[in-house]
Amino acid sequence: MTTSRQFCTFYVNGLFFGVEVNQVQEVIRYQEMTRVPIASPVIRGLINLRGQIVTAFDLRQRLELGERPFEQLPMNVVVRTADGPMSLLVDEIGDVVEVAEESFERPPETLDGVARELIRGAYKLEGQLLLHLDIETTVQTGVN
Amino acid sequence: MTELETVIKEFLVESYENLDQLDQDLVVLEKNPENRERLASVFRTIHTIKGTCGFFGFSRLEKVAHVGENLLSKLRDGEMRLDPERTTALLALVDAVREMLAQIESTGHDGDKDHAPLIEMLTRLLQPKSEATADQGTGTDSTAANAGSQKGEVTEPVVTPEQPPVGEKPPRTRRRRSKTTRPSETQAVAALDNPPAPPESAHSATPEPQDSGIPATGKKPDPAGPEDSRLSTTVSESTIRVDVGLLDKLMTLVGELVLARNQILQFTATQKDATFLSTSQRLNLITTELQEGVMKTRMQPMGNIWDKFPRIVRDLALQCGKQVRIDMEGKETELDKTIIEAIKDPLTHVVRNAVDHGIEAPEVRKTRGKAAEGCLFLRAFHEGGQVNIEISDDGAGIAPDRIKAKALERGLISREQAARMSDRECIHLIFLPGFSTAEKVSNISGRGVGMDVVKTNIERIGGTVDIQSEPRKGTTLKIKIPLTLAIIPALIVTSGGDRYAIPQVSLLELVRLEGEQARKGIEMIHGAPVYRLRGHLLPLVHLDRELRSERPRSEQDVINIVVLQADDRQFGLVVEGINDTEEIVVKPLGTHLKGIPLFAGATIMGDGRVALILDVLGIAQQAGVVSEVRDRNLTELAMHAEERRDSKQSLLLMGLGKDRRLAVPLASVARLEEIPAALVERADSQEVVQYRGEILPLLRLTDLLGGSGSFDGSAPDPLQVVVIAEQGRSVGLVVDRILDIVEASVTMKDTMRCAATQGSLVIQHKVTDLLDIRSALRVADPSFFEQPVPGSCA
Repeated sequence: MTTSRQFCTFYVNGLFFGVEVNQVQEVIRYQEMTRVPIASPVIRGLINLRGQIVTAFDLRQRLELGERPFEQLPMNVVVRTADGPMSLLVDEIGDVVEVAEESFERPPETLDGVARELIRGAYKLEGQLLLHLDIETTVQTGVN
Repeated sequence: MTELETVIKEFLVESYENLDQLDQDLVVLEKNPENRERLASVFRTIHTIKGTCGFFGFSRLEKVAHVGENLLSKLRDGEMRLDPERTTALLALVDAVREMLAQIESTGHDGDKDHAPLIEMLTRLLQPKSEATADQGTGTDSTAANAGSQKGEVTEPVVTPEQPPVGEKPPRTRRRRSKTTRPSETQAVAALDNPPAPPESAHSATPEPQDSGIPATGKKPDPAGPEDSRLSTTVSESTIRVDVGLLDKLMTLVGELVLARNQILQFTATQKDATFLSTSQRLNLITTELQEGVMKTRMQPMGNIWDKFPRIVRDLALQCGKQVRIDMEGKETELDKTIIEAIKDPLTHVVRNAVDHGIEAPEVRKTRGKAAEGCLFLRAFHEGGQVNIEISDDGAGIAPDRIKAKALERGLISREQAARMSDRECIHLIFLPGFSTAEKVSNISGRGVGMDVVKTNIERIGGTVDIQSEPRKGTTLKIKIPLTLAIIPALIVTSGGDRYAIPQVSLLELVRLEGEQARKGIEMIHGAPVYRLRGHLLPLVHLDRELRSERPRSEQDVINIVVLQADDRQFGLVVEGINDTEEIVVKPLGTHLKGIPLFAGATIMGDGRVALILDVLGIAQQAGVVSEVRDRNLTELAMHAEERRDSKQSLLLMGLGKDRRLAVPLASVARLEEIPAALVERADSQEVVQYRGEILPLLRLTDLLGGSGSFDGSAPDPLQVVVIAEQGRSVGLVVDRILDIVEASVTMKDTMRCAATQGSLVIQHKVTDLLDIRSALRVADPSFFEQPVPGSCA
């Protein structure tokens, strides 16, 4: 029996990432944010999600992928975590894709640094690799 | 299985509530042992618990409850009288049951402790004790028993003759049998079939038909059964239990609704459609009412904490060999749930303290001419958007000399500090960490972790603590706390282009320096900026520097200083701009940001954007304003205040008419306001305005002080109003101009008194009348000080 999973996908600096659909609360376009001084640059700010204050993490900063071009506004992927909803700021939203469990492979040994902690592995899709992002590790960051 | 767990959980919740009620009932009963109704209710509670835990197979708990039930049934039937010893035993039973319930809650079974000593004690108390009490008991016995059985409880005589050791065994074995023969699923189903019915009736209904060989004990539930179920259905019809999480969620949703409503209202302003306008108006009203309603669901009466006190006081008094009565007023005063939880421990501590240290032993009290029974008086009431709690005792009071000696001994103050301290300051020393005057450390109090913790806990939720004491007369502790933590007034400031909220409780005053002052006003002490605020150096902290968001900027024309109180220190926070005060809804920050000490939370502003709430204490600590040696600061500050009081006083200067100058002590000024003349309304013959949710009476000083130097007749608009707070009431003084705040030594030059002035003095080379606020208020409203005097308890 082949098991398949659904992933919500997005792009960060050209890389194709996915998180499991049932971990995603919603996807919303760019929201105005309130800067949090002193906090780590990964925390881009706080957004008002219908009365709830949600911390927004910049995935570019988190993955050490450099600054997003100024004119490009990020999208919010709001995910459910143990500490409540968090927003991941990404460059662009992709489709929801269904992937077969067999196409999964753990990251190669050559992958190191922060990416090794955050990327659980890759699903080999046709033409490209879908990188499975570990949400709980991604949001484990805070004060500088 | 989870269904069974739910049923057990319900049983636990219900039993905890019943036990709290038991505590109260037993203490009342001890004073009035003849109260059969209460006895019957106590009996029913224990009986219910026994029945239910038998049903769940908690045999140890059942055994303990059973012995208690036997004793209670004898008491109820008037075969015995409730004396202190029996009360103590029954209270111990309550504690044991509570302990076992906690065990069940955490582990799922009722523990290994068999509580043999307790069972033994209860069994012993079942026997008619001494001749005297037995005689008395049998004396009332026949009549009381008759009265009891005449109430229609026919089966009772069957129950009473049964001897405890015999009666104890059958139910236990039966229980074990029923547990093994029937799978737990059926039990769960049986319980679920009639969840709202009290568990005991479920018990009496289910096991009995099966084990028909059970003698009289099995029948016992029946008499109490029907009555009990009637009682609880009426209760369950009028109230329901709601998960707090759900209430919190509702609160959040209402918050969102309010924001959406605000946006619609903004949009409405541009619309002409009449139907749309009236609809949005209705939406507006309904939203406001909904918001209030949801807020109310989170409110709980003070009684939730206080109802536990009679038991605590009783136990403690017995332990210390004292006689203490506890009186309460304002039990129905409501507070937000989170606050109720936060003040529970501090209040309990204060009450224990009062019994242990405050109230003297009966002999001592008699020699001092007081009634042998000491009195503890608790009072709670709403005032000015806050809740006041007063805890007074008529005990020994606090002797300033002893406090002083103790503080010296512990090295908390120096000898010369001690010499200069006023009695009042001395008493406040008990709030210092590590302070205790208890001669010997008891297991009740005196370990030196006491009042300072009380103070810190109360202050953490934005409250204040004050203490008044008179040696040999008693002590009163006054606590003021906000109604809710969820919504607080805050000052909105800007820094680095972002808005921040500063909780109003820490705010002392705002200072604005312009032009020349801005360039010269701030002086440096080796790099540390200070400002001379009325002759004292105020350390300055730059908010943007603390937030590391400093932007290069040219010489400033305007400097805004927010003077804040952190712990016992004052400091000035320099901000870019000061906006306004607003009521904000406090929301917690995510765990990622908890580590930053500068922020206390976040809030959503009217425009839907998020603003951070500054943690004043955190900023002060980061900037080094508040250091570790906080005790020293406290006493120094007290010294300081005293010095100042001796020589100089801060005065608010006001202008009246063309050139008349008046001064009032700044201490009695709550706020300065500008109020548009159009907002002035009339109540009776008094001019009033609506101010912060209350009605503020206005007093025009020109009317009061005679038309001396009448201006040109036209009243200025907006009105300059000085809000005076005296004895918990507020009044607005309408003056023509606010001039300045100065420090001056108050020595009268001339005492040509008019009714409302204390005399005149020279300030800034000009003659200034010092306003006597109390007599001015009395002239304006003779009943102003005629407040109900706080209930005395002796």
